[in-house]
Amino acid sequence: MTVSTKSMRDVFGEELAKLSLEDKRVVALDGDLGNSTRLSFVEKANPSSFLQMGIAEQNLVGVAAGLATCGMIPWACSFTAFITRRAFDQLVVSVDQPKLNVKLVGSYSGLLTSNTGKTHHSFEDIALMTSLPNMIVLSPGDAKEVQRIMRAMNNYHGPAYLRLSRDEGLDFLDDTDEEFIIGKAKWLKRGKNDVACLSTGAMSPRVKIALARLEAEGISITHVHFPTLKPLDEKAIIELASSYKHLITVEEHYVRHGFGSLINEVTSSVQPVKTTRIGIQNEYSECGGNEELLAKHGLSPEKLEIKIREIVEGD
Amino acid sequence: MKDLQTKATEIRKGIISTVYKQKQGHIGGPLSAADMLAVLYFHTMNVKPDQPDWENRDRFVLSKGHSGIALYVALALKGYFPYEELLTFDNLHSRLQAHPDMTKLPGIDMSTGSLGQGISAGVGMALAAKLQEKDYTTYVMIGDGESQEGQVWEAAAVAARYKLNNLVVMIDNNRLQQYGWKKEDMADRQAPEQSHAEKWEAFGWKVVTIDGHNLEEIATGLKQVKNAENKQPIAIIANTIKGKGVSFMEGNFQWHSKVPTESEYHLAISELEEVLS
Repeated sequence: MTVSTKSMRDVFGEELAKLSLEDKRVVALDGDLGNSTRLSFVEKANPSSFLQMGIAEQNLVGVAAGLATCGMIPWACSFTAFITRRAFDQLVVSVDQPKLNVKLVGSYSGLLTSNTGKTHHSFEDIALMTSLPNMIVLSPGDAKEVQRIMRAMNNYHGPAYLRLSRDEGLDFLDDTDEEFIIGKAKWLKRGKNDVACLSTGAMSPRVKIALARLEAEGISITHVHFPTLKPLDEKAIIELASSYKHLITVEEHYVRHGFGSLINEVTSSVQPVKTTRIGIQNEYSECGGNEELLAKHGLSPEKLEIKIREIVEGD
Repeated sequence: MKDLQTKATEIRKGIISTVYKQKQGHIGGPLSAADMLAVLYFHTMNVKPDQPDWENRDRFVLSKGHSGIALYVALALKGYFPYEELLTFDNLHSRLQAHPDMTKLPGIDMSTGSLGQGISAGVGMALAAKLQEKDYTTYVMIGDGESQEGQVWEAAAVAARYKLNNLVVMIDNNRLQQYGWKKEDMADRQAPEQSHAEKWEAFGWKVVTIDGHNLEEIATGLKQVKNAENKQPIAIIANTIKGKGVSFMEGNFQWHSKVPTESEYHLAISELEEVLS
């Protein structure tokens, strides 16, 4: 595993610029954050496909909906906190209910938002976006996966939400040019222990580091990465629930109504299994560096290693 | 104009009959919008009822979605669906939802019902026409009460920035809303002065103020817009009367959404038939 040479946002900007040049239907809608989200790359490469909507997310989402009714493929992007929370009624009424082909991109998701603090963190977006009946929700783990997911999103006809992290992450997936399959979980490791870890987004590479350290101590734990949160890979979840005694879910989101809750929604009705959900608890966060905040909330590789060891030893 | 007068009256009769027979729906706002819908669908807009998805059609977004019944009657009269289907309005499994649903009924260009949202979709349609080099016009109808939503002004700013001279927003300025403001010196809970013309001008729009019940003024206004050699989107401030066409409903906020009694229904229809004769 290596530190990515590019951040998710850089790859997002580059890939959308390419898509806009390849597909005339693609347009990028910015909420005056293009230099942060890297929509600026689209403006540079293909100015006519870049639309500045100003600091007005509700209208941004509505304009995207109108463009989609005319056969365009609008990619509407802002910080996650703004595009999901501030424009949620617009997402429901103007995008999801009419099943319009709008691609929504939440940049700066979760905790990793560069010292911006409470207003810019997003711990609710998985809850909000997975509640929408027609929406698909994608949560890539590294920059290369972002690229593959964006191709799949552009080919998919219907509303789709992409949850991105801001900064350089860790490339943890093997190189592949395989087409990304929406709704399929990725088995990263099959361990010997009867505990399995399930993770999503930027937490997946950090869980992988923690599990590698535990492996060195002789604790061998299964790891499955979920880049699609809706539709969920129920087959994988049922297999996990049937084969392991204890599941651990890890997310950079509220544990309530988040990834772990989605997993439990499946397991509780099909194959109940004890689950520990690691993520943000019932609280707001604050300013701080990425690693400081991850550690504060128990999501750094070091804290994850300690917590997972405790669980394994406690069982 | 006589034909348009007939259509407008038929739309009003359809609104009142449907709400009366279905025992549900809005009535005052649909009646204030009826003349504009008659002109749009029977004079101005280039549409093909047998090909509702025709890509070069003019678009219409009823941003004040609670007036959906008025649009349904206009669409039925235009031939988009059988007139009898109006009697399914607001029923379970009906294509005629209380608020328009584009996934159910052909001819609806945008799902609306949460105020302030349709105008943004209209901006998107007008932008798409520019990007795709098509020459259709997008018409959006909003309410004056709806203009209290901040999103309307977010959309107004962006439309002017992109010089969307292919976008027309009609403000159905009937000055009454569902409940409104009580003020001693105002008759019947009218909204505070909203300075519509000044606001739209300040946002960079070309403003045309008309009597929203004068069919010639509506038609001339819309025609001027189509020929306009300007680089601005167009706001038509249409001064209207809520409940227009039925004496006891006019200017009374309580007819925002109220079902007429049997005697009120017959009285309303007879008043409208007098216009036709």
